[in-house]
Amino acid sequence: MPLTLESIRQDFPLIAGRPDLVYLDSTASSQKPQAVIEAMSRFYRESYANVHRGAYSLSLAATDAYEQARHTLARFIGAEPEEVIFVRNTTEALNLVAYAWGLHNLREDDEILLTEMEHHANLVPWHLVARRTGARIKAIPVTPEGRLELAALDELLTERVRVVSLVHMSNVLGTVNPVVEVARRAKAVGALVVVDGAQSAPHLPVDVKALGADFFAFSGHKMCGPTGAGVLWGRAEVLQDLPPFLGGGDMILEVHLDRSTYAKPPQRFEAGTPPIAEAIALGAAAEYLMGVGMERVWQHDRALLEHCLARLDAELPEVRTFGPRGEDRGGVVAFSLGDLHAHDVACALDQHGIAVRAGHHCAQPLHRKLGLASTARASFYLYTTFEEVDRFVEGLKQVREFFKDWL
Amino acid sequence: MSLLEELYKEILLRHYKRPLNFGVLENPTVRQPGVNPSCGDSLELELRLEDGRIAEAAWKGQGCAISMASASLMSELIKGQTLPQALELARKFKAMVVEGAEPAPELGDLRALAGVHKLHARVKCATLAWNALEEALKP
Repeated sequence: MPLTLESIRQDFPLIAGRPDLVYLDSTASSQKPQAVIEAMSRFYRESYANVHRGAYSLSLAATDAYEQARHTLARFIGAEPEEVIFVRNTTEALNLVAYAWGLHNLREDDEILLTEMEHHANLVPWHLVARRTGARIKAIPVTPEGRLELAALDELLTERVRVVSLVHMSNVLGTVNPVVEVARRAKAVGALVVVDGAQSAPHLPVDVKALGADFFAFSGHKMCGPTGAGVLWGRAEVLQDLPPFLGGGDMILEVHLDRSTYAKPPQRFEAGTPPIAEAIALGAAAEYLMGVGMERVWQHDRALLEHCLARLDAELPEVRTFGPRGEDRGGVVAFSLGDLHAHDVACALDQHGIAVRAGHHCAQPLHRKLGLASTARASFYLYTTFEEVDRFVEGLKQVREFFKDWL
Repeated sequence: MSLLEELYKEILLRHYKRPLNFGVLENPTVRQPGVNPSCGDSLELELRLEDGRIAEAAWKGQGCAISMASASLMSELIKGQTLPQALELARKFKAMVVEGAEPAPELGDLRALAGVHKLHARVKCATLAWNALEEALKP
């Protein structure tokens, strides 16, 4: 069967089974294809055991499947398998870097450079580490169009900056940041470069080596995988000297009552029984996406975005959208309708079967910068159709009509 | 009537556009912030307690129509009530929106918010001001 939008939709049981639903919240979490659900289920039915307990063949088979998933995820982002650390999600990955690297390397008056468009997951871990080390936090400003103010970089990138941690694709604005350029300039002052790939890994082709970063973090559940498994990629040379974050079983070489030595990466960073079934299913998700082709996923998101923005611009002047207009933006539309609160709008859209998120999307500093307490947000993925975008626009018109006395 | 029509009535519109007791008091005896961390809605409730009664109430904040109208209606209703009476109103309001209990007549115009019970996502909006009130009246 040729790969069409209709065949892709048939791959997702929840999407195929709910023609009434217009699911526009894939930025928060994506739906799952049958291949992923089946991979997880089959592993539990047929080959479940703990990993790295090599005395019996069932455990060896489970270990093989788990390590195979690591190879698949490495291929997905252009990395070496030894550089792929399985974690719970992007949040855990960024905490790992902040604690394992930050606590051991940051000193008083060192600087941590973030951006104004960061998700709380790339802010709060640095707050915690800054408080303990005395390091200071600075941020690259966001322009009114929703791009990073690169002109400010020269002034911001002082020799005190030890780490630059930035989002690859904004979960609110959809902006795809010029990570290659930021990484190059950050490296010039000797800073570590950390990339939050929570939105980019699911939506566009990623080659971590080409980015020039040291760490790249992403979640499985936003890229067709299950909840509970994500990846931290770290450049081999950096991982080599990085102390562990969590201690426990599986991450050691030798343990005494009062001291221990640690395994090599990636095992050093995978303490305790990992999310084995979830990691295996995440491998299936990466295979699924590579089967479709990430360039195709990106182009589909882009086409839906342009269609959506063109209709909103032409037909709904009361709707204000946020984020840059151009090639450097993925399929995310944060918007407001008049002065209406995002919750009222999202709740009304829900009555039409249209699922959008409302709130600050875990990016309060960005909303403060935009002068808003909250926005509503529609986001697209490989299973989203143009008809669904049209239903969203028509739904918004009905919401506008319903609230005409409130506007 | 649709769920939305049932909820977004004229009465809510009035309170959303012209909220009552919006602002600050000159001499509050209690000041209590309320935040809904999942959406960022926030308000600050001020009360002047006198002889065991709520002599004055004021609030300011930002949020959706449901949370703002609920705060406006509440601030009007609790004025002049004793502390146990105010807490009893809070209990009845929450019973209505959280558990779907029959709206108590004492709730007056707040009964317009009964429909919130069917829109689970909005329960936290409707109870934002009431949670702040309960917090403010804690001994």
